Amino acid sequence: MSHDTNAKLIYMANQIATFFKSQPQDEAAQGVATHINKYWEPRMRRQLFQHIDGGGEGLSPLVLEAASKIKRPQAA
Amino acid sequence: MSLIHEIDYGTPASRSETMVTLTIDGREVTVPEGTSIMRAAMDAGIEVPKLCASDMMDAFGSCRLCLVEIKGRGGMPASCTTPVAPGLEVSTQTPRLKDVRRGVMELYISDHPLDCLTCAANGDCELQDMAGAVGLRDVRYGYEGENHVKARNNGDINAKWLPKDESNPYFTYDPAKCIVCSRCVRACEEVQGTFALTIGGRGFDSRVSAGMAEDFMSSECVSCGACVQACPTATLTEKSVIEIGQPEHSVVTTCAYCGVGCSFKAEMRGEELVRMVPWKDGQANRGHSCVKGRFAYGYSTHKDRILNPMIREKISDPWREVTWEEAYAHVAAEFRRIQYQYGRDSVGGITSSRCTNEETYLVQKLVRAGFGNNNVDTCARVCHSPTGYGLGQAFGTSAGTQNFDSVEFTDVAVIIGANPTDGHPVFGSRLKKRLREGAKLIVIDPRRTDIVRSPHVEASYHLPLKPGTNVAILTSIAHVIVTEGLANEAFIRERCDWSEYEDWASFVAEPYHSPEATEAYTGVPADLVRGAARLFATGGNGAIYYGLGVTEHSQGSTTVMAIANLAMVTGNIGRPGVGVNPLRGQNNVQGSCDMGSFPHELPGYRHVSDDATRETFEKLWGVEISSEPGLRIPNMLDAAVDGTFKGIYIQGEDILQSDPDTKHVAAGLAAMECVVVHDLFLNETANYAHVFLPGSTFLEKDGTFTNAERRINRVRKVMTPKNGYADWEVTQKLAQAMGMNWNYRHPSEIMDEIAATTPSFALVSYDYLEKMGSVQWPCNEKHPEGSPIMHVDGFVRGKGKFIRTEYVATDERTGPRFPLLLTTGRILSQYNVGAQTRRTDNVVWHAEDRLEIHPHDAEQRGIRDGDWIRLASRAGETTLRSLITDRVAPGVVYTTFHHPTTQANVITTDFSDWATNCPEYKVTAVQVMPSNGPSDWQQDYDEQARQSRRIAGKLEAAE
Repeated sequence: MSHDTNAKLIYMANQIATFFKSQPQDEAAQGVATHINKYWEPRMRRQLFQHIDGGGEGLSPLVLEAASKIKRPQAA
Repeated sequence: MSLIHEIDYGTPASRSETMVTLTIDGREVTVPEGTSIMRAAMDAGIEVPKLCASDMMDAFGSCRLCLVEIKGRGGMPASCTTPVAPGLEVSTQTPRLKDVRRGVMELYISDHPLDCLTCAANGDCELQDMAGAVGLRDVRYGYEGENHVKARNNGDINAKWLPKDESNPYFTYDPAKCIVCSRCVRACEEVQGTFALTIGGRGFDSRVSAGMAEDFMSSECVSCGACVQACPTATLTEKSVIEIGQPEHSVVTTCAYCGVGCSFKAEMRGEELVRMVPWKDGQANRGHSCVKGRFAYGYSTHKDRILNPMIREKISDPWREVTWEEAYAHVAAEFRRIQYQYGRDSVGGITSSRCTNEETYLVQKLVRAGFGNNNVDTCARVCHSPTGYGLGQAFGTSAGTQNFDSVEFTDVAVIIGANPTDGHPVFGSRLKKRLREGAKLIVIDPRRTDIVRSPHVEASYHLPLKPGTNVAILTSIAHVIVTEGLANEAFIRERCDWSEYEDWASFVAEPYHSPEATEAYTGVPADLVRGAARLFATGGNGAIYYGLGVTEHSQGSTTVMAIANLAMVTGNIGRPGVGVNPLRGQNNVQGSCDMGSFPHELPGYRHVSDDATRETFEKLWGVEISSEPGLRIPNMLDAAVDGTFKGIYIQGEDILQSDPDTKHVAAGLAAMECVVVHDLFLNETANYAHVFLPGSTFLEKDGTFTNAERRINRVRKVMTPKNGYADWEVTQKLAQAMGMNWNYRHPSEIMDEIAATTPSFALVSYDYLEKMGSVQWPCNEKHPEGSPIMHVDGFVRGKGKFIRTEYVATDERTGPRFPLLLTTGRILSQYNVGAQTRRTDNVVWHAEDRLEIHPHDAEQRGIRDGDWIRLASRAGETTLRSLITDRVAPGVVYTTFHHPTTQANVITTDFSDWATNCPEYKVTAVQVMPSNGPSDWQQDYDEQARQSRRIAGKLEAAE
């Protein structure tokens, strides 16, 4: 995976978190996870998890909070 | 087959529900109150002679042919201007009427040329018909006197004679044949709403005048064709009719340009298209058209069309023509090799929003069943995907709520980020008609679009916001409605989730959402926002129409939700005249979305993770369908750059020109091993293709398009495909080469499969469409006649959902290096990437993209009108010529994206909507400076494009 794509995924995940941060608090993390589960292709989620597993630098806290609810795809 | 003749009732229908009975020529007739005697007679099958009347416009009463006698009333009133009354006894033919009519006709003909045999209207001339109808046998006045017919009178120059105006590329104006019936002038006013024509002079000097006695091209004329259609003589005539002659048969079909989806009669002579004439029974356009659908079909026979399949190993090689079989076998082998080598998910497809529903359905089926993944997307990704997401969240379904007729009942129209008079002209005309009747208008747009102020139309409010601040403005409007107590609580309590409303209401009521607070960054004075909010909330039926200026932002989906919130909080949902109306860019954007073109959902907007839905298709298709969402177009390109996505089948879309950040798109395409482009022309994307499959036009195939009002309209084949095959046949052959057992014999069989699998299409079939004309989905047991208005008794999702819409500024910001904001749009005469319209005479209106810049910004930079300028952003730079105008505010510049040489998308960035990845076309920070000529990128690009279009054994085509 290229550095560029990784940076883009972090950016996209944070954009999603920014929207749900403004929603009622009890729905926010689930909202992020549901959104990513519904619209992100497995290799995008896999890449996101690689980044989270490596410390998750640059990811919004809400994305990290949602991580346990995001479907982890099978290894490629 | 024969020519379709539509009945002209002479005057428009009355909407009254009170019925009136009268007698005409001894026959009893019952019609709605307010109907003209002329129309009532036609209802009874009695055609009163007429020349100035047409049911497309109001009665005028000038030609004096339609006179009738009424028992007990004196004189001979004109039947077009005389309304029916109970018990009237009308005679349409008496000795007195016969004499008077013949006398009137005699006067007309005494100032009309008698070249009927060689006249272009021969066979379609109402003047000739009327001369026949009244029994005119002689003209006693002779032809030597004063006249408009002859260039010279008795050897002297005739000052009353005017030469033919041939300035418009599509029609001519021959003043010598004009009878001054004013139908063209009234059509321009009442139907089109442009007011470009008038009658100049008085008495015998009266004549039709475009603008201030200009030629048509120099006038305000927008070439919609309404005047040509209205003309009863050869005064206004299509050049194609002059060249070819009168058509002998016609077929009703649907325009393949914008999402209005106008119905046309394709008038034919053999397989030659003579002209396209808007069909009065077309429910979307009601007999009107624009310059694109009416005239710009010449691309279908343009010499640039590629008619043979082609292959090449590397994109630097010239193309090699091959047989269809060779092409299919090559693609099948390549895709299988790539999947074997890089995995099942390494290939995908793009369906076309310009192709038919049936064709789109097949492409997504090929990807899901043949490729075995969900990597399918469509160009709605880059236009209306936020509409799908936003309206899906709020209402439960991803579609506009109204039909176009609904605008006739609107009291306050709000237009956000749309320019209907250019982008959706026929709807624009219908809206303007309603505004002239007194409806109010609010325009939210950074640019002063034509509809803000044009003849007899003026917006009550224009909120010229800074690009990128839609959410802030709409939330501010909601703030005013809620805090000033203007919310429609009865509606909300009945139709929406009350606790969600309360949460949302307290959110929007926060002081930082007030217009006074948001003014600082939206640039819109607070009193304008307050005024607009009050008008929308209290002005009667409020309807919101929006376009890509809403969706193509980082917060596109949030803006759509904000629009849904406004409609719900004011109770403007579920009846005629109101609603949320996305104006779709392309003819079949709605249809391509309906047909399961998105990577996360199967036809009918059902997520791929839904087991029951997958099972429906798995049973029918005999394959397993992946339950994981596939890649969206931008994700495909990212994956290509990363080396995990290697092959793509693109039907009828030009992503290299239409998608943002051209350099990134080019890099993605260049990284793939098999790019298959299926199109009419070697488009820009084909520069990076390995296989080219020739496509067919909408005139060459059967199918259906679904327009912006969810209307499923038939597309009918009027000529044999020049390339040999309709697009659905090509996709089917490709699928067969990949081992799929597909055997559709006609698109109707594909529609049957769609109906069998997709609940909202359950009752749709070609037989049913034949019977109904068209239907709006959902069309099923519950709504057997379709659904003109949605959410009538309740929302599709149950309760309407209010969603908080927090404004978040885009990260694309101006700064010292890039101080201006660029936004993009369309112009009337061109369409999208211009592949079609650039290959027609429409280029006379718009030969190049120009950069609109405010005089203040231009002066600061030493730029004069028409100068070459360099336009640069963080993504890239290009050059084009300037157009200095105060339509744009200081700090904002604007351009169109119709020409590949301009490459406006070299400038746009890869920022996108948070929910759908819809690109942020509408906001790019740029700098503008004088320039000497094309940028290095433009030169390199031109050279690369020229090289990549070479075909072995053929001379390079000069464009």
